[in-house]
Amino acid sequence: MSIQDDIILRTDNLTKHYGGVHALEDACFTLRKGEHVAIVGDNGAGKSTFVRQITGVEQPTSGDIFFEGKRVEFNSPLEAREAGIESVFQDLALCNHLDVPSNLFLGREEILFNLGPFSILNEKKMMQKAHAVLEKTAIKIPNLNNQVGDMSGGQRQCVAISRSASFASKLIIMDEPTAALGVQETTQVENIIRGLKQQEVPLILISHNLRQVFNLVDKIWVFRRGRIVGEVNAADTDGNEIVSMITGVTRGVHDNASYI
Amino acid sequence: MNTSSSTGGLSTVQNWKNRLPKDASIISVMIGMALLFELLGWIFVGQSFIFNYQRLLIMILQMAIIGIIAVGVTQIIIMAGIDLSSGSVLAFTGIVAASLAQTSDYARAVYPALTDMPLFVPIMAGILMGLVMGSINGGLIAYSGIPPFIATLGMLVAARGLARWYTSGSQVSFFIDDYAILGSGVMPVVIFLSVAIIFHLLLRYTRYGRYTYAIGSNEQAARVSGINIKAHKVLVYTLAGGLYGLAAVVETSRTLTAQSGAGMLYELDAIAAVVIGGTSLMGGKGRITGTIIGVCILGIITSGFTFLGIGSFYTNIVKGVIIVAAVVADQYRNKNSDSH
Repeated sequence: MSIQDDIILRTDNLTKHYGGVHALEDACFTLRKGEHVAIVGDNGAGKSTFVRQITGVEQPTSGDIFFEGKRVEFNSPLEAREAGIESVFQDLALCNHLDVPSNLFLGREEILFNLGPFSILNEKKMMQKAHAVLEKTAIKIPNLNNQVGDMSGGQRQCVAISRSASFASKLIIMDEPTAALGVQETTQVENIIRGLKQQEVPLILISHNLRQVFNLVDKIWVFRRGRIVGEVNAADTDGNEIVSMITGVTRGVHDNASYI
Repeated sequence: MNTSSSTGGLSTVQNWKNRLPKDASIISVMIGMALLFELLGWIFVGQSFIFNYQRLLIMILQMAIIGIIAVGVTQIIIMAGIDLSSGSVLAFTGIVAASLAQTSDYARAVYPALTDMPLFVPIMAGILMGLVMGSINGGLIAYSGIPPFIATLGMLVAARGLARWYTSGSQVSFFIDDYAILGSGVMPVVIFLSVAIIFHLLLRYTRYGRYTYAIGSNEQAARVSGINIKAHKVLVYTLAGGLYGLAAVVETSRTLTAQSGAGMLYELDAIAAVVIGGTSLMGGKGRITGTIIGVCILGIITSGFTFLGIGSFYTNIVKGVIIVAAVVADQYRNKNSDSH
């Protein structure tokens, strides 16, 4: 297998301008099969803008996206999803009034009899599969028949992540998956991410929590002011170096900083 | 998750509540209301309210028509939509159906060449016209992005105008003998309950229902899940229109006349029944079983006020208060569940 075949996602000079604001400039990014990477950067560094381009939420001003070796143009999040890019957004895309299996299988229900839009649902099978999927995540949800809206933030986040993970997608993108969670819930989400690593599902993690980043990923991409300023292996660096790259200030300054 | 056991007395009440059927609270409201009128009946009128077969029958027949409409409105409101056009659509589709149900014995039929048609022709014409009107509602809402309130408000006015234009304002009557079947005896109730059961099953066990709840709960989530939101909205409004057409056929068959002024304010009665039945105007939540009880409560109020000899304007005032109270209760419930 050549190096080229190994690349699952590549962007060439990806650029996004909002009027006069240059939110993203010439981003050249690569992600290999089975690789877990983090995107870090200060607020407004272009992390979320970058993710919005590759998930089809927005269309880039210029530049190309290659997914599995082919050039792609996603006009909607749905197209990206159909191609195999699953995203877990900060604002969870869950239906609060539906129960866990309904949310997990929304849009791809198991069917008992196919009658077009009036197809009869195979709720038993969806419930069994939901149990199997959630077992892997070690999250405890007492009753899957409960409405998702009545659950805790951690349980909801785990449902959202399980949903992305359970469809054997080719790439999962998580935007601040633990930002709103407590300590215990964060651990559960991190365990799910470790499980994805074992299953060799590629992952892009956006996080402000550098300790979490060092714990979870192979490689760190640093964004600053709309540009990619560095790509480092997590094993070859430390918090000081990353913070220097994020802020653009020489290392040494941050030695005793509390944000590491 | 053993937080529920640690909160003591409150959780016992919660557990006990969870074991009751989901519609228990509105059923108790319904029973309480019937008993109240029974009591008032013995005090002021000197006779029983509940144990009067004739009155019960009239009440049920009146409410069956509203019930058929309310079934359609229930699924629209679950989808976080609203439909104000049902009464006008009922008037127009009723006239269309009636115009094809006339007997040749009557010299001034709307379509002299189309008299003495088999029974299924006017029935199908009414339902089909309802489906068409519903699909216009759904198409406008899904593809032009007009809020459902405005789109169906337009239909409310336009369909009433169509009804007047269709016969230049004159009423349509002199039907073939068979046409009375649908509105005679307990047929309206049978049709209402059949429709309710079919749509209960659709909402509970099919993809159609799942998508309806999903769109009402979180349209954005439903869209990124790959649901064709626009097509589904058109489908839901179209089926609701079909139900209005069916209700129109039953209504004209019961009254043996069709006029452009029929179905005035039915849309509000239907929405009231749905909201009283526990369906949330915020979308995502509601059941047909609740709507059936909501229809019964509305029927008991209307019939009870007539029984007590209280004027119809008081009935409307009370209805208005009850609708607002039901919505307030719903918002209070939503607020409580958000605070989790």
